[in-house]
Amino acid sequence: MTSREIVLETKDVTMRFGGLTAVHKFSIQVQKGRIVGLIGPNGAGKTTCFNMITGFYEPTEGSIHFMGEDITGWPPHKICKAGIARTFQNIRLFAGGTVLQNVMVGAHLRQKTTWWHAMLSLPSFFKEEKEIREKSYELLDAVGLAHLASEEAQGLPYGAQRRLEIARALATEPRFLLLDEPAAGMNPHETQELMDFIKQIKEKFDLTILLIEHDMKVVMGICEHIWVLDYGVTIAEGDPEKIQGDPKVIEAYLGEEYLQNA
Amino acid sequence: MSMAMFIQHLFNALTLGSLYALIAIGYTMVYGILRLINFAHGEIFMLGAYFVFWGVTLLHLPWFLAVIVAIAVTSLTGVLVDRVAYRPLRDAPRISALISSIGVSFFLQNLAIVVFSAIPREVQRPGWLVDIIVVGKVRILPLTLVVPVLSFLLMLGLLFIVYKTKPGLGMRAISKDIETSRLMGVPVNRIIALTFGIGSALAAASGIMWALRYPQLQPVMGVIPGFKAFIAAVFGGIGSIQGAVLGGLILGIMEIMIVAFLPTLAGYRDAFAFVLLIIILLVKPTGLLGEKLEDKV
Amino acid sequence: MEDKRKRNLILNGLLVGAFALFLFWAQVNLDGYKIQIMNLIAVNIILALSLNLIYGFAGMFSLGHAGFMAIGAYTCALLIMPPLQKQALFILEPAMWPFSVMHAPFLVAVILAGLMAALAGILIGLPVLRLGGDYLGIATLGFAEIIRVLANNLPRMTNGALGFKGIPDYANIWWNYGWCFITLVIVVRLVNSNYGNALKAIRDDEVAARAMGINTFRYRLTAFAIGSFFAGVGGALLGSLLTTIDPKMFLFLLTFNVLMIVVAGGLGSITGTIIAGVIITVLLEWLRIVENPITIGEFYIPGIPGMRMVVFSLALLFIILFRRQGIMGRKEITWDTVFALFRKRGVEK
Repeated sequence: MTSREIVLETKDVTMRFGGLTAVHKFSIQVQKGRIVGLIGPNGAGKTTCFNMITGFYEPTEGSIHFMGEDITGWPPHKICKAGIARTFQNIRLFAGGTVLQNVMVGAHLRQKTTWWHAMLSLPSFFKEEKEIREKSYELLDAVGLAHLASEEAQGLPYGAQRRLEIARALATEPRFLLLDEPAAGMNPHETQELMDFIKQIKEKFDLTILLIEHDMKVVMGICEHIWVLDYGVTIAEGDPEKIQGDPKVIEAYLGEEYLQNA
Repeated sequence: MSMAMFIQHLFNALTLGSLYALIAIGYTMVYGILRLINFAHGEIFMLGAYFVFWGVTLLHLPWFLAVIVAIAVTSLTGVLVDRVAYRPLRDAPRISALISSIGVSFFLQNLAIVVFSAIPREVQRPGWLVDIIVVGKVRILPLTLVVPVLSFLLMLGLLFIVYKTKPGLGMRAISKDIETSRLMGVPVNRIIALTFGIGSALAAASGIMWALRYPQLQPVMGVIPGFKAFIAAVFGGIGSIQGAVLGGLILGIMEIMIVAFLPTLAGYRDAFAFVLLIIILLVKPTGLLGEKLEDKV
Repeated sequence: MEDKRKRNLILNGLLVGAFALFLFWAQVNLDGYKIQIMNLIAVNIILALSLNLIYGFAGMFSLGHAGFMAIGAYTCALLIMPPLQKQALFILEPAMWPFSVMHAPFLVAVILAGLMAALAGILIGLPVLRLGGDYLGIATLGFAEIIRVLANNLPRMTNGALGFKGIPDYANIWWNYGWCFITLVIVVRLVNSNYGNALKAIRDDEVAARAMGINTFRYRLTAFAIGSFFAGVGGALLGSLLTTIDPKMFLFLLTFNVLMIVVAGGLGSITGTIIAGVIITVLLEWLRIVENPITIGEFYIPGIPGMRMVVFSLALLFIILFRRQGIMGRKEITWDTVFALFRKRGVEK
């Protein structure tokens, strides 16, 4: 376990909004090729961590390193180009476009030809445009949406929208993928499918994956390592068995569990 | 420049500033509640001035009565504009209502050309407003005393309504959160209509005093003052009434003083405000007294 | 897929050829007034396409078109008027070097006019494109007003309030429709490319676009500059077409007319813009009738000044209130939809 390469490392990352500390000294190390999880009750600061890693927030303190490079304070587009892609908790597809166009926008990042190639109708532009179209089809095929390529993205059922968002993220050719509550709103059957799907894309695209999830079945089922946040503080970390037995984690979740069981 | 000259300029500046402030209040109140730049507000200002002129010359009303009637009619026009052109678009993308207001602006402007003709009209002013008062070396137009004082009283009245009455409470609630206000039983559409009514009444008052100060009526007279007053509202902090007043005064003073001290720049008079606007938007988009509007990630 | 592309290419070629023949015919058979309207249609389509690129596709609500047009019109006019003519024209103050001596053929002048407008677009875009929605609108409107005030106050460059008269009338239908064609091809290429997908993505969800690695600011700025370029080209052609320009011509009203075409045609629809460009240009000309006095036999009906814009602004209000998506919404008329329509007709018979 120790010999593996570190893909992402955060060192004492802290985020304060005015007087409120959303995340306090968040430090993690993610090893290459693993699926790891970030859990915690609502409002624990999980999405804030995602927003810092992907550059939407600049941490108040601390630093973030990706493949050994300090990416703290980089703008989101640069971080994405470096190889970190993400999905959003409240699915954010491009409503005006088709399913295929959504994926193509993801692939645009690696496109070499640009506006003036398009304007001048250069052969290199048409060639690359065709390649991107084909690549996007392949990705849609990989997530099982190829038959819906020309549908409007907005009209897809919920589970398909989640998978499309993942396909779009994959189109940016990431090495590290952040999934924000991929199983939200799914039934047990879909959840099982999703777990297989995540493992599958990890192998196929040679990814490292960090996910936020509320569904304990998913987290315990696929994550090799887990961090637990509560009120912005990391209260526990370890493998699934260790986390399941940790009294602090149980305490943090107790209120919620109680409500759910009552 | 002599002291006397400076004092005269100062009175002119205060007059112009308070006229801007009165218009700016209407912009800021509407923006505060609906997040809408009401392009037609300058035309409301123009209508106020024309209505008085009509009252006096066609209906032979006494000045005092003509002013009251004109303000009331203009105020109703503002409410009508909201009802017809903005209210149906409450749930539409924000820019739709903005485009609608641009349409209303051109409509009123050209309707005024059709009805009143594009030819500028002279305004007959009562003598007591224009007979120069001489105090020592300072020569003052009585109007430049009357306008700031009247404007000040109107603003006090407005602050009273906004902070001491129930509809005022409704306005403040809606500007904080329109949906929650609706759920809490605030009659949102009525309060918005009232806001348009008050804003339009103040614009009419400004238009009337403007027509007395610069005694000419023209269908396009509202365009430039309208833009400048909007800029004043942004400068003061859009959504804030006190900010609009402050912004209006500062803009008026700056404009008069720049022209007075740097006469070579007089030709650029109408560009100052826009340069100022771009600078504010870059440096401090919330303006002097504005609260930060919610920012979404 | 490939076959369809080939088919569309051939059909488009035929359409362009047919249109060129129509232009030949029009040049010979139509009177000057009708030709003028056709010219205005071409220029308006150029302007509306450029605004649609900026607002409809890239989602930047810009009200600065009149400013870019002014820059284009003045640049082009200064370049195509011979130095001697300029000497006679600048009566307030003599023209400043290099404006007094510069001279270029029409094609070069129009391109430079576009480039100057694009440069202005970048300069104003750098600070204001960070603003969203309505604030961007008002800031770009401010920019256009500043340009107008400058045009009034720099007599050695613009001849002040008098403007230019007798600008060479090079902009005939071939130039105008040529540029219209170029604009159309370029805008279509852009919005249908993956670059266009990225622009639309920024319009639909900026946060998600940034997460997809798109430098949203740079994309906005580029699209804004390209749009400004064609606004400048449109202004240049308009100046040469009307042979006279002055600061009063570039009031907010001019932007309003272009905005009207874009909104009426449908934000984000190119075929919609073309249809609306034709309808609105014709409508605007036709409405001039109500402003001019008419004598029918014994009767004399005086013109009603302002009526044209009353009708016109009411039309905009009707569109925005009752058919916000305009004629086409975001849809396009393509060969596929045309054929589908024919097929349906066939079945019905």
